[in-house]
Amino acid sequence: MPQIFHRSTNTLSRVSIVSVLVIVGGVIGILTQINRTPYISQAYMAKQQPVQFSHKHHVGDDGIDCRYCHQTVETQASAGIPSTKTCMNCHSQLFATSPYLEPIRESWRTGKPLLWTRVHDLPDFVYFNHSIHVSKGVGCSTCHGRIDLMPQTWQVQSLQMEWCLECHRAPEKFVRPKDKIFEMEWPASGFDQAVEGPKLVKEYKIQNQNVMTSCSTCHR
Amino acid sequence: MSKNKPPMTGFRRAPLKKTIGALLLASLSLTAGACRQDMHDQPKLKTYREGADRVPPEGAVARGTLAVSAPVAEAGAAKSEFPFAITAEVLARGENRFNINCAPCHSKLGDGNGMIVQRGFKRPPSYHEERLRNSPASYFYDVMTNGFGAMASYSDKLSVEDRWKVAAYIRVLQVSHNAKIEDVPAAERAKLEAADAAAPQGGQTQ
Ligand code: HEC
Ligand code: HEC
Ligand code: HEC
Ligand code: HEC
Ligand code: HEC
Ligand code: HEC
Repeated sequence: MPQIFHRSTNTLSRVSIVSVLVIVGGVIGILTQINRTPYISQAYMAKQQPVQFSHKHHVGDDGIDCRYCHQTVETQASAGIPSTKTCMNCHSQLFATSPYLEPIRESWRTGKPLLWTRVHDLPDFVYFNHSIHVSKGVGCSTCHGRIDLMPQTWQVQSLQMEWCLECHRAPEKFVRPKDKIFEMEWPASGFDQAVEGPKLVKEYKIQNQNVMTSCSTCHR
Repeated sequence: MSKNKPPMTGFRRAPLKKTIGALLLASLSLTAGACRQDMHDQPKLKTYREGADRVPPEGAVARGTLAVSAPVAEAGAAKSEFPFAITAEVLARGENRFNINCAPCHSKLGDGNGMIVQRGFKRPPSYHEERLRNSPASYFYDVMTNGFGAMASYSDKLSVEDRWKVAAYIRVLQVSHNAKIEDVPAAERAKLEAADAAAPQGGQTQ
């Protein structure tokens, strides 16, 4: 009986087995990397908003505290988005005729809330709470970056599970003193995270890794 | 029968095509799977979702706030200074809330030169003028609750208790701006004088 396949097919079949593995691995690898890009996670993408609100003006230039507008950040899960009245506290007089502020004035006249476009949006199967993070020494800029320099608001972190866990596994690399939570320039020079971090973790009684990385902490 | 077939080429390609096909299918189904959003956007009420944005009816009182409101109302009627004892914690909270909510206009010193005023908002009167130094604390409470002229009400930002605490802190500002060196306890005075000697330009204690 003659040979059906030429001898060279032995090599070919080996090569193709290996290359299939490599290709499959490569494709999966590329997919996971694509999944981490800002294109998927929406990081660094400013959203179209009904009013061109600028944190750079209000926080950076005018020094308004985050809590003037994001009132519930210390006490509730949601940080809170300011009501139309909050804007009108100042804009009843300042720029009272500016065309940029017309949607605010219309909302004020009609009582219909202004609908902002969400910038950060976790999936509904994830539970997140601002108050615990703020009261255990995680500052705004650790998660939201230099908001005070942003003319439009964007996300600077992926908000992927990997990112949450990076901190939940080692909070000592990120926590700061409680009176520095709203500080935008952080870490400040002269603050030694490697020395102060573990001390603060102890002081705040931050829970152990088992609790912090247990699935039901965030998926409940 | 294999003799009739053209040698190898066809065979070599087919499995590759199949692999590519299978790979494409697999990655397609993976990505398509990720397109399902029904667990990402569940039909439940969350903050700011439609249906969760209802406004409480006029005059509604939040649970747990009546207990404070009653003594507050009495204190207001009796024009006594504060409805609860003033401790260091009360003042610290008052300072914190004042710096967030009032300092943009009234400034951290209470002199009415806040950043927003420098940007063109109407200038409020200084807390250190005679009329406001003689006003009862309940007057500040009232201004925060109902607003005053160009200034809006802050009852949506400050709880009843917080309003009293801010009023207490305004008193602190007023007293500190009109304090004499004799008001400082003897032990502390020595420290201040030492600091003053070290920095003659300081002018903090006059
Ligand atoms: C004058 C009011 C005001 C102040 C002060 C303010 N914000 Fe905002 N913030 C807004 C408004 C309005 C929005 C919604 C519009 C937008 O996303 O730009 C917003 C949006 C945000 C968002 C994105 C929310 C989303 O949709 O996911 C973050 C994060 C945020 N603010 C953080 C901060 C931080 C941190 C500070 C303090 C350094 C701060 N803000 C101070 C008014 C304010
Ligand atoms: C505490 C006072 C204050 C509050 C509250 C406030 N603003 Fe402003 N806003 C300012 C000041 C001051 C400026 C001018 C900024 C500058 O040039 O430094 C400004 C400027 C603006 C401008 C630019 C106007 C123009 O014509 O160039 C917009 C838009 C704006 N604010 C939107 C908002 C919105 C929306 C809110 C409510 C979430 C808000 N502001 C709340 C003080 C305030
Ligand atoms: C541990 C990380 C973390 C810290 C610290 C943090 N945030 Fe956030 N913030 C988030 C995440 C995640 C979301 C998206 C929440 C969602 O989609 O439900 C968010 C959303 C927001 C929003 C949109 C409204 C909302 O609550 O969904 C605002 C406003 C905001 N943050 C302001 C702040 C301010 C102000 C601070 C500082 C006091 C702060 N955040 C600190 C992670 C953080
Ligand atoms: C920079 C650090 C940091 C990041 C990033 C972070 N966390 Fe946390 N998280 C903490 C700390 C610290 C605590 C406090 C733990 C404790 O209770 O002692 C905490 C607590 C929590 C809790 C409450 C745990 C409990 O005890 O019930 C939840 C839920 C949570 N985080 C969810 C998230 C989610 C979801 C993300 C990502 C979107 C996230 N966190 C990102 C630091 C972080
Ligand atoms: C610190 C908070 C946190 C913990 C702990 C955590 N997760 Fe997650 N998980 C998240 C966040 C945030 C996302 C959303 C990621 C995104 O939107 O890309 C997520 C997404 C997921 C998804 C993806 C769902 C999808 O359709 O994309 C799965 C599956 C998952 N988590 C399983 C787990 C399991 C299993 C554990 C325990 C070993 C766990 N998680 C622990 C925060 C957490
Ligand atoms: C947006 C700027 C602004 C903010 C923020 C603000 N005020 Fe005022 N306030 C004013 C202006 C303007 C006046 C003068 C009103 C007038 O005469 O029309 C005033 C007046 C007052 C007066 C004096 C009333 C009188 O009899 O003359 C008091 C007391 C006062 N404010 C307290 C507060 C307190 C307490 C807060 C913080 C909870 C606060 N204000 C926040 C702008 C502001």
